[in-house]
Amino acid sequence: MNEAFFDKKDYKSLDRVDGRLKVTGAARYSAEYQLSGLVYAVLVESKIAKGTIKSIDSKAAERAPGVLAVISHVNAIKVPGYQTSNQHPSEPPVNGQPLRAFYDNNVYYNGQPVAVVVASTLEKAQYGASLVKIQYEKEQHKTDFDANMESAVLPAQAKKNPKSPVADYSRGDKNAFANAPVKIDAEYVLPTEVHNPMELQAITAHWEAEDKLTVYDKVQGTQPTQKQFAKEWNLPPENVKVIATFVGGAFGNGLHNWPHETAAIIAAKQVKKPVKLVLTREQMFTMVGYRPYTWQKIQMGATKDGKLVAINHESVGQTSSYEEFTESTLQQTRMMYASPNINTRYRILKLDVSTPIWMRGPGEATGAFALESAMDEMAFSLNIDPIEFRLMNYTDSDPDKQLPWSTKYLKECYDAGKEKIGWEKRKMQPGSVRSGEWLVGYGMGTGTFGANRGVAAVRAELDAEGNLLMQCAITDIGPGTGTAMVQIASNTTGIATDKITFQLGNSQFPKAGNQGGSSTVNSVGPAVQAACNALKEQLKTMIASNGGSQAAFASAKTDDILFVNGQIQIAGSDSAKVDIGTLFKQNNIRKIETTQESKPDENRNKYSMYAFSMHFAEVHVHSLTGQIRVKKVVCCADAGTIISPKTAANQMIGGATGGIGMALMESAIIDHRFGRYVTKDFAEYHVPVHADVPHVEVFFVNKPDTLADPVGSKGLGEIAIIGVAPAIANAIFNATGKRIRELPITPDKLI
Amino acid sequence: MGDNHNPDQPENESFAESRRNFLKNSSLLTAIAVTPGVVAKAAENDLGEKIASAFEKVPLKMEINGVKQQLSVEPRVTLLDLLREQLNLTGTKKGCDYGQCGACTVHVNGQRVLSCLSLAVMHEGQKITTIEGLAKGDQLHPMQEAFIKHDGFQCGYCTPGQIMSAIACIREGHAENEADIREFMSGNICRCGAYPNIVDAITEVKNNGQKL
Repeated sequence: MNEAFFDKKDYKSLDRVDGRLKVTGAARYSAEYQLSGLVYAVLVESKIAKGTIKSIDSKAAERAPGVLAVISHVNAIKVPGYQTSNQHPSEPPVNGQPLRAFYDNNVYYNGQPVAVVVASTLEKAQYGASLVKIQYEKEQHKTDFDANMESAVLPAQAKKNPKSPVADYSRGDKNAFANAPVKIDAEYVLPTEVHNPMELQAITAHWEAEDKLTVYDKVQGTQPTQKQFAKEWNLPPENVKVIATFVGGAFGNGLHNWPHETAAIIAAKQVKKPVKLVLTREQMFTMVGYRPYTWQKIQMGATKDGKLVAINHESVGQTSSYEEFTESTLQQTRMMYASPNINTRYRILKLDVSTPIWMRGPGEATGAFALESAMDEMAFSLNIDPIEFRLMNYTDSDPDKQLPWSTKYLKECYDAGKEKIGWEKRKMQPGSVRSGEWLVGYGMGTGTFGANRGVAAVRAELDAEGNLLMQCAITDIGPGTGTAMVQIASNTTGIATDKITFQLGNSQFPKAGNQGGSSTVNSVGPAVQAACNALKEQLKTMIASNGGSQAAFASAKTDDILFVNGQIQIAGSDSAKVDIGTLFKQNNIRKIETTQESKPDENRNKYSMYAFSMHFAEVHVHSLTGQIRVKKVVCCADAGTIISPKTAANQMIGGATGGIGMALMESAIIDHRFGRYVTKDFAEYHVPVHADVPHVEVFFVNKPDTLADPVGSKGLGEIAIIGVAPAIANAIFNATGKRIRELPITPDKLI
Repeated sequence: MGDNHNPDQPENESFAESRRNFLKNSSLLTAIAVTPGVVAKAAENDLGEKIASAFEKVPLKMEINGVKQQLSVEPRVTLLDLLREQLNLTGTKKGCDYGQCGACTVHVNGQRVLSCLSLAVMHEGQKITTIEGLAKGDQLHPMQEAFIKHDGFQCGYCTPGQIMSAIACIREGHAENEADIREFMSGNICRCGAYPNIVDAITEVKNNGQKL
């Protein structure tokens, strides 16, 4: 079995295709386009959490040197899409209405953008923004989750549709927990976490004509954004161009369009110049979403010999007063283990805060913290090894959808990870293993996420020198999309990777949705493959029409047509070698091209498609100070075919790093007296730094799932983090005997 | 924009405005001595702003990536914003503006400095090296090569700062072992989490023993 795994260190893999641009500083992100006449915008935020704006005194700002405009609801031009009844043009991820920049004088949360100052330089805009004085009519605000949890409600989408994924769910006997021989009943809390990509959210908005808008915008989808702004400004989509060639991380916060984007577009329209708007780090906490504060309760019942008989899983997630954000916190509880009886109940709590948005692993990562912690608690109660306990409740088909898995190689992940972490050193009794003053613990957690293939199209063009150019509107927020696509094209055609270019991040390229939900390689990859195959078909026909020794091409399988050392051949045969330059000359053409679309097929209805992961952590806890050090992390993923091992391993390492943050340090805290974050920068909101992250060993099963998609990939981005936080929490329990159910696990909770 | 303010609000002459008006007037007075006609007229329109603005700038000489620069900057401009917004050297990144993330790391006279915490005018006569100044033509710096080889990044946004810090880390003698590297690189945050690969890249460059 071990040959199915590979270690990134001894596996040949393509270097990141945009690596050179990134290490030389030549890669241009959204705030780095130096347009002629560019001016700068700085936002002014609300200082109250709820109420209305009584007045805005912008005179001093307007008179400040270099200030071109101070724009607020008082004087903002009308956004056409704002006026259409109560339907906001931006499609919310959920029910409700996204915040409309400068629409009226309502304040919905502290830190809401309420005005924007535009000036000739950044410094002048910053100074101008400091001069804007706002008077408010305050109202009583609610930002305290714990104090208001009783007000949680069923999401509107679940009220409308009982089959909604966030509707109440029940399988088997509703009351099975009550009669279970062994029970766990515990509550778990995950605080608000903020994506905080290193690149600050930025947009450069440019009205190239009265009805023609170009934005350089930090988003995860160029075409979804194009669609939003086209609706918002009542323009045909082709009049809106969205460029996001490089995105400096996003982790989900680019999956929604936010008020600051519209603010910049309004400003650009009003001052008739291209406007650049970059959020401050503080504004990253209030303007571009976050992982919502979530309370969970799990009741788990099992037989004494380790068979699960019931899981009841409840969750309440925070949302804003104006949008109903929901996520799949409870999904894995329904499908991960073979419990005959399951109840799940999902509620949302509306507070006077900004709207959350999916953050890496989204709800599944939150849910996995509770579920995988509870599994560990139950295993301990039963005195069964946590891996054994999971194997005893392993499912060979999806008990939720009642369909066979397309593929599931989680057992292989358990086996490999167990060996690599040194699981045999783990003792059942907490606190049994010591290293000097340090208590040593081992823990594990499982992750799973749907293999959600979407629709995508790719344009491919092959020239007489054998260069292959491909284009797709998809973005790359960091995983290495271009690299994976170049590798897929090379695998499909035989063309050397250095002769292949993949262009992305432009709404004018062929169709793609958001880069999100681990769906890029399995959506765009098949389109790359289809485009390459279509080019090969064209070549085949062209070559075969020459007759003679080349007639064999007519009957050759497309898969067998390959470039070998720059010449076209039928693989595995001693057919004629055809030089592409000569071929194109004979046919009097300079290039061939095609655009191919790929979309999910009927297998989606016949199989349940999920990627799986397994995370193991070795954690040392100082016996006196409670200091926690993650000493080793081993991650194993069943993500189908691994196209680009180097970048894939890096994604897994990144997920483990994110999981360390989630488990040990990340927490955004509101001072409820003011409804305002007190953690608003990296001094207060801690994320993992170099010293917090050990070497992470990554293994892949690397078995294709061709039922999921023709490339065989199931997606990686989410399962890289889902299950990491509970693995660490479980290791801390194993080290100390302390079960911490509220993240982050900081030393004060251990001493 | 003057006609857009709320007429119900009382006039509020701020200190800043007074200072500004004083400056405009005094610069006008100074200028009148030289070319009264032109400047007096200029002060009546947009040019007044430009002239006043010129008086708020100070001359600054720097060598950036080997090129001597004669600049004129406002004293409040940070080195980071000078590089990014005025000199189009956008390789140096803004990640927090508070010196907490390291994305803006550059070398000043060979030492790492957080350019967001540093006013441009503090660097009169100094040599600044940014990420754009590391490669010699097509020949990448060994640290840049190592970052590519070990895949020491994902989104690439923290990368210039990581690389500038990594080079300094070795020069400082703070790359003797992995624990050292982790400690002395901890001022450079990578939210994608490529830390182990960055440590591998630095270790390799250190072990190759080249003078950096």
